[in-house]
Amino acid sequence: MGRKLLLEKAHVPGIRSYEVYRREGGYASVEKALKTMSPEAIVEEVKKSGLRGRGGAGFPAGLKWSFIAKPEGVPRHLVCNADESEPGTFKDRYLMEFIPHLLIEGLIVSSYALGSHATYIYIRGEYAWITDILEQAINEAKANGFLGKNILGTGFDCEIYVHRGAGAYICGEETALIESLEGKRGNPRIKPPFPAIKGAWGRPTVVNNVETLASVVPIINLGGEEYATIGVGKSTGTKLISACGNINKPGVYEIDMTISVEEFLYSDEYCGGIPNGKKLKACIPGGSSVPILPANLLLKTAKGETRYMNYESLSDGGFASGSMMGSGGFIVLDEDQCIVRNTYSLARFYRHESCGQCSPCREGTGWMEKLLYRLEKGEGKSSDIDLLWDIQSKIEGNTICPLGDAAAWPVAAAIRHFRDEFEWHVTHAAEAQTSNFGLAHYADPIHVPTV
Amino acid sequence: MVQFSEEKLAKVKELIERYPEGKQKSALLPLLHLAQDSFGGWLSSDTMDYVASLLSIEPIEVYEVATFYSMYNTKPIGKYMFEVCQTGPCMLNGSDNIIEYISKTLGIKPGETTADGLFTLKTVECLGACGYAPLMQLGKHYREHLTKEKVDEIIAECSNTAAANN
Amino acid sequence: MSEIQLFKVTIDNITIEVPAGTSILHAARQIGGDVAPPAMCFYSKLEGSGGKCRTCLVEVSKGSEKDPRPMPKLVASCRTNVMDGMEVKNITSPKVIDARAGIVEFLLLNHPLDCPVCDQAGECHLQDLSFEHGKADTRYEFQRRTFPKHDLGKYIQLHMTRCILCYRCVFVADQLTNKREHGILDRGDHSEIATLIEKNLDNDFIGNVIDVCPVGALTDKTFRFKNRVWFLKPMDAHRNCPTCSGKVTLWNRGEEVYRVTARKDQWGEVEDWICNDCRFEKKQSSDWTIEGPRLIDRHSVIAQGHYAGTVGTNIPTETFKAVHAGRDPKLLMDIHSVSEVNPTDIELSLINGPAHSNNFNSNKD
Repeated sequence: MGRKLLLEKAHVPGIRSYEVYRREGGYASVEKALKTMSPEAIVEEVKKSGLRGRGGAGFPAGLKWSFIAKPEGVPRHLVCNADESEPGTFKDRYLMEFIPHLLIEGLIVSSYALGSHATYIYIRGEYAWITDILEQAINEAKANGFLGKNILGTGFDCEIYVHRGAGAYICGEETALIESLEGKRGNPRIKPPFPAIKGAWGRPTVVNNVETLASVVPIINLGGEEYATIGVGKSTGTKLISACGNINKPGVYEIDMTISVEEFLYSDEYCGGIPNGKKLKACIPGGSSVPILPANLLLKTAKGETRYMNYESLSDGGFASGSMMGSGGFIVLDEDQCIVRNTYSLARFYRHESCGQCSPCREGTGWMEKLLYRLEKGEGKSSDIDLLWDIQSKIEGNTICPLGDAAAWPVAAAIRHFRDEFEWHVTHAAEAQTSNFGLAHYADPIHVPTV
Repeated sequence: MVQFSEEKLAKVKELIERYPEGKQKSALLPLLHLAQDSFGGWLSSDTMDYVASLLSIEPIEVYEVATFYSMYNTKPIGKYMFEVCQTGPCMLNGSDNIIEYISKTLGIKPGETTADGLFTLKTVECLGACGYAPLMQLGKHYREHLTKEKVDEIIAECSNTAAANN
Repeated sequence: MSEIQLFKVTIDNITIEVPAGTSILHAARQIGGDVAPPAMCFYSKLEGSGGKCRTCLVEVSKGSEKDPRPMPKLVASCRTNVMDGMEVKNITSPKVIDARAGIVEFLLLNHPLDCPVCDQAGECHLQDLSFEHGKADTRYEFQRRTFPKHDLGKYIQLHMTRCILCYRCVFVADQLTNKREHGILDRGDHSEIATLIEKNLDNDFIGNVIDVCPVGALTDKTFRFKNRVWFLKPMDAHRNCPTCSGKVTLWNRGEEVYRVTARKDQWGEVEDWICNDCRFEKKQSSDWTIEGPRLIDRHSVIAQGHYAGTVGTNIPTETFKAVHAGRDPKLLMDIHSVSEVNPTDIELSLINGPAHSNNFNSNKD
């Protein structure tokens, strides 16, 4: 049983209310931070903790904080990214819904560290009821002196506002999120300048994911050094994983990053294996945009070593034979699932969510969707597979924001690892409409050279 | 003529004050939500012009935003809108069958509204609740782990509520 | 005068010094010729433009003297500033050439290619771009995108299908007119220029959207289907205009003025914005004081043969090397060394006609 830092109290009855949360030791980090620590010292603690951004990119949070510009007389802002929209990811929703005060607590400490007197939570529009939960939590915190003017008599003022989006995956990209916060279309900005220099309303801004900011609470409570002892290597602390797809126990699990993928997938403590005695075919371990892996590369790396649920191990082998931790959306596909259909569904998603600003993404995502639809319907040509490969390579790296990469990688990985399934859709077009390519050889052990 | 009530105008003021002075445009998204909820579940060009006037911005700035985000309806919708998720993980759990079932039961295709104006069926992309798949959004809340039986219940529940309110 | 810091930047092996704060694109334009990357959305006179079309992507092989690391991705040269000691590869980078060909393909994907009936033909930047960087055929086998038609009033004709979403016209309306009435509606591949409520665009300077439009999406309704631009003789002219500079180019055939545009520089950018009155209402030679023939300094149909020998494009007499600023012609690459698609074991010369991926697949459709 791994250590829990975020969700330990999530199921205490009534934890959503201030009274219970406080009774369970909540808001201790605010008292400690505001009364005994300087903002710089908090940034130091977060740096020491090795905390990496939990939104997907895994950028060290303390380092990101240290980049914020501090020009004289210009307000700074902290913005919490709660625009959780990556298919397969629903961990932030869980945290905000069950233990909203943890996020508020993390936000107060982080706002103090960054000097933000007006902090915003940008929540995706669909999470309408969570907006109410958060606003309730904010009001309670304010009524108890943890928000507003002169917090705990320390002279620090801070307000937190919830800003609800309205249906756009792209607003999870930090500059699109800032545009949206400013009441504009969610078109990502061209960088530089980076938000740390010129963000919301031209002011220095830090945008962090919900889980990242909630993790500041245990970091302050335990101290950065102790936090860093949890986990392994550069994957410190605990990570929320939202598991879904063909598993017995879909849900959100807090793991310390030392457990193996196999344990996570099959143990009853976590996913509980695959229903109906089916076999594992593939898995997208970090949200829909990270590369899909066939069963034989998921549980073991190409070198034949056990793969673990952490940043380094999941990306072991690069894109050739590895994937990414991403946002922690663990999507499992059993032997009855069709990779072509799954890839088509994701391509449709990215086409729908492209903002349309830059040409490779606007045009390329639609093209890939059409080709995949054709292949899935058994009307494709074998040259379509090469064409898809070429299109994704022309999108990747050439767009304004990472959505282009996010759209390209799933297609690339599906072709890389499941090319014969795509070809089967061409050569056995009619059969592919009624039956499935199945598990094929995707779970066969990979020969590991001994040299 | 669209016009918020006094109470809602106070809310508008409170929303605008959340953002820095002179940056009132930032309140556009929340105001559009408020307007959509207040004026029949969709945004007519009159409604959007009204919102523009409240924020002292050009109407086109509102149109641009309203058409960008998928949750703003720029055409009238039914009283109950079933927004069924169809992306990856939901698809793995049979969302296509659910969409087909709703479509058959209500006699409408995705994007259409029933003749009595009661139901609109819409397919949407990832709702961020993949572990509870298949699911749909109905108003403010999600209806999760959908089955055909559950869909029947939801349709009955909506029909009954609508009948009771008439 | 305060001292301006100069940065040394090398683009395609040519080194120049430019003031700090100069973009790579501007530095490259100072060198000129093929070294200047094409730009479809960037417009130096419109604040905030650029970065969107991705045609000007270049490779930064050395970040600066201080931090010589190369940049991991290709960057938009229009929105990336030079650093001291920076080394940039444009046409000397196979990566850039490859990416640019991809961008051109994307831009043309849903473009109707209705050049024979398009008023922009002959002075279209997309035509030039596809001529220089594009392929002869398309790999797109689906219906091209269409849009509902919108009427923008008596001056401006909108063909949304031709639009490449450069946003320049939005910036024009924002920055030159007193009220923006059109914008980008919807999102993704359905984004379109529109007013939503069928509004006439007749703001004083709105006609400039026609000049900034790189393609035939926004054209002059008063000139629609009247003539082809290459049949017209461009003449610089001016008038005493109360609203704008009154400095224009008239496009004549014989005595008749077919259209009025702003004067454009060699990058196709307007020198002085002109008002609607000058552009749409002054179509008599007597409205204008004619200065003389206008030099069109562009490699495009529009520049061909207007005044050969005097102004415009001369009949080339120099060698290829001479016109390329002393550089030898680019060598063709050995395709086998760079392509994974064409395996070396297939003898290209044995394939009848242009090679297709089917040729390399054992199971033919």
